[in-house]
Amino acid sequence: MAKHITINEAANMIKNGSSIMIGGFLGAAVPLKMIDQIAESGISKLTLISIGAGYRGGGIDIGKLILNKQFCKIICSHVGTDPNLIKQIINEEIEMDLTPMGTFVERIRVAGAGLGAVVTPVGLGTEVEENAEKIYVDNKPFLLHKPIYGDVAIVKAFRADSLGNLQYKGINSSNPVMATAADIVIAEVDEIVAIGDIPPEQVGTPGIYVDYIVQGHTYKERQNIYENLWIATNKL
Amino acid sequence: MSKDYIAKRIGKEFKNGMYVNLGIGIPTLSANYIPDGVEVFLQSENGALFFGSQPQRGMSNPDLSNAGTEPITLLPGASLFNVNDSFGMIRGGHIDMTVLGALEVDEHGSIASWKIPGKCLSGMGGAMDLLYGCKRVIAAFLHVDKYGNSKIKKECTLPLTGANVVDLIITDKAVFSVTKEGLILDELAPGITKDEIVLLTEATILNIEDWKGA
Repeated sequence: MAKHITINEAANMIKNGSSIMIGGFLGAAVPLKMIDQIAESGISKLTLISIGAGYRGGGIDIGKLILNKQFCKIICSHVGTDPNLIKQIINEEIEMDLTPMGTFVERIRVAGAGLGAVVTPVGLGTEVEENAEKIYVDNKPFLLHKPIYGDVAIVKAFRADSLGNLQYKGINSSNPVMATAADIVIAEVDEIVAIGDIPPEQVGTPGIYVDYIVQGHTYKERQNIYENLWIATNKL
Repeated sequence: MSKDYIAKRIGKEFKNGMYVNLGIGIPTLSANYIPDGVEVFLQSENGALFFGSQPQRGMSNPDLSNAGTEPITLLPGASLFNVNDSFGMIRGGHIDMTVLGALEVDEHGSIASWKIPGKCLSGMGGAMDLLYGCKRVIAAFLHVDKYGNSKIKKECTLPLTGANVVDLIITDKAVFSVTKEGLILDELAPGITKDEIVLLTEATILNIEDWKGA
C-alpha cells in the first residue's frame, strides 16, 4: 500500500542533509508542487540527484532550490541550463559528482536492482576517467562507476492508485528508474484513481516501489503552466 | 545567417530511413532542412523516437518535449521510452547518426564541448554516450570563435568529450572529412576562397595543395 499524504507532509520527510532524487529532464516531467514546497520549507544542505538542473535560464522548478542555495552537493550529468548553479559550482559552494547521462541513469538502475556497479566504455579518453576505476573485461577497457541511491526519491507520474501503481503519460524520462532507488519514494501525480483503474499493462512503475502519493497539479493546470512557459521563452 | 547555412548543409547528410539524434542548437535547426522524399527517424535522449515539428499554440502537450525542453509533436509510428532504454539504444549502436555542436574539434577527430576550465561548465549530458555509440558523428559549429580564432585545431586544448570520434565537420566556411591521416577539405562555403580557409583553420588540410576551387 502507498499512503496518500499532503504535499506538506511529504516535504516534512526531507531533512537537512538528505539526499533527494528528483525525476524529470531539464524542467520536463518534474514534480512541480513538491519542488515548490521544498523551496518554501527552507530545508538545506541537501544533495540533489537529478539528470541536470532545471529549465533553461534557471530560477524555474529545480532552479528555485538552487537560487535558495539549498544544495551542498549535486550528482548529475548536466548543469548548463542554470547559470546560478554554474556560478555556485565554480565558487565551490556546491560539490559536484558528474557522469555522462547514460552512465548516470544506469548508476541509479543498478542501485535499485541490487547490482554492484556500472561498467561502461563511455568516457574513456576523457576526464571522466579521473573519477572512475578502469577495469578490463576480455582485455577491453571499461570504466567502473558506483551505484547512486537516495534517501528520498520524488517522481512525477500521470496517475496513481492506492497500491502505489504509477501510470505515465508522454515522456517519463528518469522517473521510472528513480522510483526504484531510494529509501522513501514519493510520487506526485495529476490524478489519484481507484485500484483497478490503471490497466496492468499500463502500470509504468509497480506499486511495490512507491511509499507515498501526493496530488500535484492537474493535467489541465500543467498544460497551462508549460504552454505559458514555452511562449514566454520563445519556444512556442 | 551562418547558423542557418550550417543547418541547411547538415540537411544534405540525412538519408532515407536513418535513425538520427540531433544536439541542441544548430543541429536541432537542421530538422527543418530534411530533403523532400527523405524520411528520418529523430531520436531524443529524454525518451522519444520519431517526433515531428513544433505544435501550434494551444495544442502543446506538457508531457512531450525534446532534450532542449522544446515542445514537440509525435508522428504516426512514434514510440516513447524511459531514459535508461534511450541510452541503451544510443550506446548499443542502434542510432545511425548524431550531429553535435562543439567548442573545438581537432584533426584527429577529437571533440571538446562541455567545459572551459575555470570559466564555463555545462557538463557532458548525453554527448559522450552519443559520440561513443552512434555510427556516424557530425560536428557542426561556427568555424571561428568570437575573437576570430579557429575552432578547428591541430590538437584540442579543452577537456575532451570524445577522442577520435568525429567523421565529418560542417561549419559556416567549409566541410571536412576526418580520416585516419587527418582532415580532407570536401567543400568550401559560397564566397570562401582557398587562401581564406587556410588562414581560418589551425589544423592541417591534407589536400589543400591539390584543391582545384577558388
